[in-house]
Amino acid sequence: MTQKRRDFLKAMSAVAVANGAIGKGFNPETLFGGIAKAAAPSVGDPLFRELAMVGLDAARSAGAEYADVRISSRNDQGIFTREARVQGMQSSETFGFGVRALVNGAWGFAASSRLTRDDVATVARQAVAQARANRVAQVKPHVLAPVTSVGDVEWKSPARIDPFTIPIEEKAQLLLTANAAALRVPSARFVNSSMFFMKEEKTLATTDGSFIVQTIIRSQPSMTVTAVDQARGDFQTRQSTDIQPAGKGWEHVLDGKLVENAPRWAEEAVQKLSAKPVEVGRYDLILHPTHLWLTIHESIGHPTELDRAMGYEANYAGTSFIAPPADFLGKFKYGPEFMNVQGDRSQEGSLAQVGWDDEGVKPDDFMIVKNGIFNDYQTTREQAMWLDWWYKQNNQPTRSHGCSYSQSWSDVQFQRMPNVSLLPGEQDISYEDIIAATDRGIAIVGEGSFSIDQQRYNAQFGGQVFYEVRGGKIVGMLKDVAYQMRTPEFWNAMDMIGGKKSYILGGAFNDGKGQPSQSNAVSHGCPPTRHKQINVINTGRTA
Amino acid sequence: MSKPRSLYAPAGFLSREESEAIARRALASAKADETRVIVSSGARANTRFADNQVSTSGDNYDATITVRSVFGKRVANASTNKLDDASLAALVATSEALARLAPEDPELMPELGPQTYAARPDPAQRETPTPEQRAAAVRAVTEPARAAGLVSTGYMQSNVGSFAIANNKGLFAYARGASAAMSTTVRTPDGTGSGWAGSAHEEWKDLNAATLGARAIDKAVRSRNPVAVEPGRYTVILEPTAVANLVQLIVGSLNARSADEGRSFFSKPGGGTKIGTKVVDERVTIVSDPMDPEGRGGLFTGEGLPTQRIVWVENGVIKNLQYDRFWAQKQGVSPTAGSNVLRMSGGDSSVEQMIASTERGILVTRLWYIRGVDPRTILFTGLTRDGTFLVENGRITKAIKNFRWNESPIFMLNNIEAMGKPMRVNSSEGGEGGGAVIVPPIKARDFNFTSLSDAV
Repeated sequence: MTQKRRDFLKAMSAVAVANGAIGKGFNPETLFGGIAKAAAPSVGDPLFRELAMVGLDAARSAGAEYADVRISSRNDQGIFTREARVQGMQSSETFGFGVRALVNGAWGFAASSRLTRDDVATVARQAVAQARANRVAQVKPHVLAPVTSVGDVEWKSPARIDPFTIPIEEKAQLLLTANAAALRVPSARFVNSSMFFMKEEKTLATTDGSFIVQTIIRSQPSMTVTAVDQARGDFQTRQSTDIQPAGKGWEHVLDGKLVENAPRWAEEAVQKLSAKPVEVGRYDLILHPTHLWLTIHESIGHPTELDRAMGYEANYAGTSFIAPPADFLGKFKYGPEFMNVQGDRSQEGSLAQVGWDDEGVKPDDFMIVKNGIFNDYQTTREQAMWLDWWYKQNNQPTRSHGCSYSQSWSDVQFQRMPNVSLLPGEQDISYEDIIAATDRGIAIVGEGSFSIDQQRYNAQFGGQVFYEVRGGKIVGMLKDVAYQMRTPEFWNAMDMIGGKKSYILGGAFNDGKGQPSQSNAVSHGCPPTRHKQINVINTGRTA
Repeated sequence: MSKPRSLYAPAGFLSREESEAIARRALASAKADETRVIVSSGARANTRFADNQVSTSGDNYDATITVRSVFGKRVANASTNKLDDASLAALVATSEALARLAPEDPELMPELGPQTYAARPDPAQRETPTPEQRAAAVRAVTEPARAAGLVSTGYMQSNVGSFAIANNKGLFAYARGASAAMSTTVRTPDGTGSGWAGSAHEEWKDLNAATLGARAIDKAVRSRNPVAVEPGRYTVILEPTAVANLVQLIVGSLNARSADEGRSFFSKPGGGTKIGTKVVDERVTIVSDPMDPEGRGGLFTGEGLPTQRIVWVENGVIKNLQYDRFWAQKQGVSPTAGSNVLRMSGGDSSVEQMIASTERGILVTRLWYIRGVDPRTILFTGLTRDGTFLVENGRITKAIKNFRWNESPIFMLNNIEAMGKPMRVNSSEGGEGGGAVIVPPIKARDFNFTSLSDAV
C-alpha cells in the first residue's frame, strides 16, 4: 500500500503541475473553477488518454470482449442557511476512475481513486477477474446492441455561468437576504434555504473506439418557510417548488428570484394555518406543472424502465406493472389519445442532458407513450437487445436510447431515467383556463409528500398549496389534501391538457435506484392537466 | 494482504498511523484559529443478482479528507479524495478561503480538546469478500430458487473502513469498522408471488445466504395468487423488519430544537417539549447504546464527542431529545452524543403465538416507499410488500394483496397487543444495512390501511 501511494503521489503531482492550478495563490472568484480545472480532462489531454488506453489494453489482454474506462472529477458545493445564519458551507471534490469489463457475457467492475498507470492496469485486470468469477453464477450471457464509434468528441453543459466561479459570500448573502424577506411576513417563524451545485468532468474511453469528454453542471436553489401557531400546536410549511433544479448554472439561481418570491411563499405558509381541512371524496384535480412532474416521474418514468420490467430491480426499487413487454408494447392504453410522453436527454438546461451516455451512446428522443398507447421503454445497450423483436416489427434499428449513467467514478453505470416529459397539447390552454372550465375541483400547486408501490400502480401524492375550485373560480385554500390513485385509471381520467406556453421543466436532483443506491438527476417537462374524479383523502390526524 | 489475491484487491482502509499522518500533514499547513480534519477510508465490495444470475458487481476503494476551518466566528468545510501533499495543502487553503468569506456564525461551538473514548476490540474482518466468495453466496440463493422454478433477485455488500478525527486542540480519535448486509427477493415466474428476506451483520462471516434464500423462497411460494381484502383498520402482526421500518421514523423526529420551536410532534402545545410525557405504551423502551452486544455503534461523533448510551423512550415516556452542542448549551442541558444503534424493548410472544391468538388480522413482512405526510403526528404513508397474509381464527389462511397505509409509529406503539424477542434486522430501504437496528415483532390493533395495491 505504501509503495502504491508513493506512485500515486508522484502521478498526482504531475497532473497538478501539468495543469498549473494547484498550489498557487487563491482568487476567491475562481477558487472552485481553479481546483476543478486541475483535474479537468480535455480531449487533447495526453495523460488522461494514455491512462484510459492502459486500462482498455489491460482489460482486452486479460480477455474482455468489451471494456470501458471512465475517469471522473466531480465537485459538489452546498450552502445551507436558516433565518439570519449560515448553517453550513461545504465543498467537496472526488476524483477517480472505474473500469467495466464484459467477459463471456458477464460483467465485472472495479474502481479506484489512485490514478497511476499501474493502478489503472491492475484495476482493469480486477474488473476482468471479477467478470470471470461472476460467470460461475451466470446462465444467459449479456449481449450489447451495436453502437457506432464516435471517435474523439466533447460536450459541455449549456450553463451560462459556472456556479463554481461565483464567490461563496455572494451565494450566502443571496440566501440570507431572501430569508429576511420571508421573515418580514408576520407569523412566518422559520425559514431554511440552500443551494446545491455540482460539476462533473468525465472522460469515457471504450473498446469501441470512442473517447468522450463531457462537462455536466447542475444547480438547485431552494427554500422552506414554516409558519407556527404554537397556541394550537399547529405548524405548516411552504417549499419553493416553483423553482425546480436544472442542468444550468448560476443564471438559474438568479432567474429563480428567491428574494422577490420569498414573501409569497411565507404568506402561503401562514395561510395554510387557517386553511379549511379538505372533505374526503372524489374531485376533479387540476394539477399545476410544479406538482405534476413528480407524478409523471413516479407513475410513468419508473414503470417504463426496462430493467424494472424485466425484474432486475425487484429486490429494491421494484418491478413494473408494464410487463411482460410483449403484452404492453403497442397495446396498452396509458391515457387519452392526446397523451404523448417523450424520453430524451436533449432538452436544453434539463437535468439529464448529455452529449453521450456512460457507454458511449448518443441518446435519441423517443416516444414512450404515443397518442395514448405505450410505445417504448428506457434502455441501455444490453437492454435494447431484449426488445429486438419489437424494433424489427416496427422497422426500427435495435439501438440503446442512451440511458446508461453512473453517479461517480466508484459506481458501475446502469439504466437510469432520461428526461421523461408529458408533451403539451395542441390547443393554447393555460392553467387558469383549466380552472375556469372546472365546476367542482381542487387545484394542486407544487410537489409534496409522495409514495408509490413497487410496481407503480398505487400512489399517494400531497402538494404544497391546495385551492378549492367552484364554478370556475378559486374560492379558498384547503389543507391536509392527498390523492390516492391507480396509475392506469389516473392517466385515463385526464381530460384537459395545457398548451405549449404552459409547459415547464420540473425535476428531481437526487433520484435513487440500484444497489448500492445511486443518485440520478432527471427533469420532467409538462403542462398543467385535469383529471376527473380522483380519490382525495384528508391526512390531518390528532395525536 | 500478503495472500495472492492482494494482486487485485484494493487496499482496505487506512491504519491509525496512516490516518494520523495525513491529519498531521493537513494540520501542519493550517493557519485558521481552529482546524478539524476528518479522514475516512474504506473498501466496498458488492454483488447484485437478478433472474437467478449475477447482474453487476463492484469493488472500490476510496479515502476522503475533510477539513473544517474556523476564523473567529466564521467556519467552512472542504473535502477531497486526493491525498498528495499539494492536494492536501490546496484543500486546507480552500477551506480557509471559504471560511474567511463566510458570514459569522453566532452558533459556532469551539473545537473539543482531547477526549477519552471507550475501549473495544476492532472487528476481525480486515478485507472485503472476494468476487468468488460473493458469487458463491449468490449461488446459495439462485440454485435453490431455480430448482424450485422461481426467480431470485438480490444484493449483498460488505465494507471495511476507518474513520479518524483530529484537531489543532490535540483531539485525535480513530475507529475501524466492518459490515455485511444482504437481501433477496424471490418471485414466482407468473409474477403473482413475491417473498423477501434480509439481514445485516457486523462482519461478512456472520452472513448466511442460504438461510435468507430459503426464507424468501418459502414466502414467494406462500404469497402466490393473493386475494383482495377490503382496506380498513386491522390488527397487524408486524415482523421485526416492518417494526423497524416504522420505529426508525421516531428517531428521525427527535430533534430537540424543532420541538422547542413548536414544529415537531415532540412540541408541547403552548411551548416547551414533551420530555417527561408518556407518548407510547409503557412496555416500550427505546435505547441507543454504542456498546450494544448486537450492534457496534460509533464510539465518537463527527465532532469527536464520546458517544453514550441514550435512553430516548423509557416505559412509554419520552426521556431525551437530540440536543446538539449549541442547543444543549442554550437550554442548559448536556448534548446527546448518540450512536447509530437503535434497540427497542420486546416481550415473550413469538410470531406464531401472535398468529394463534388472532381472530382476524394481517401478517406483514416489510413496508416500502415510506414517506412523511404530516410531521405534526409523525404520520407517514407507505405500502406492505413481499409477503402479506390474512390471519383468521388463529392461523394464516391466505396470501392477500398489498395495502397502502397511512399511520404513525406513535399510534402503532400505543396499540400494542403483544411483542416478541428483539432481533437485528436489515431495514434500510436500499438493503445496504447501515446502523444496527434491533427490534421485536409486534402485534398491534387498528392499523390504518387506506387502499389496495395491485402490486406484487
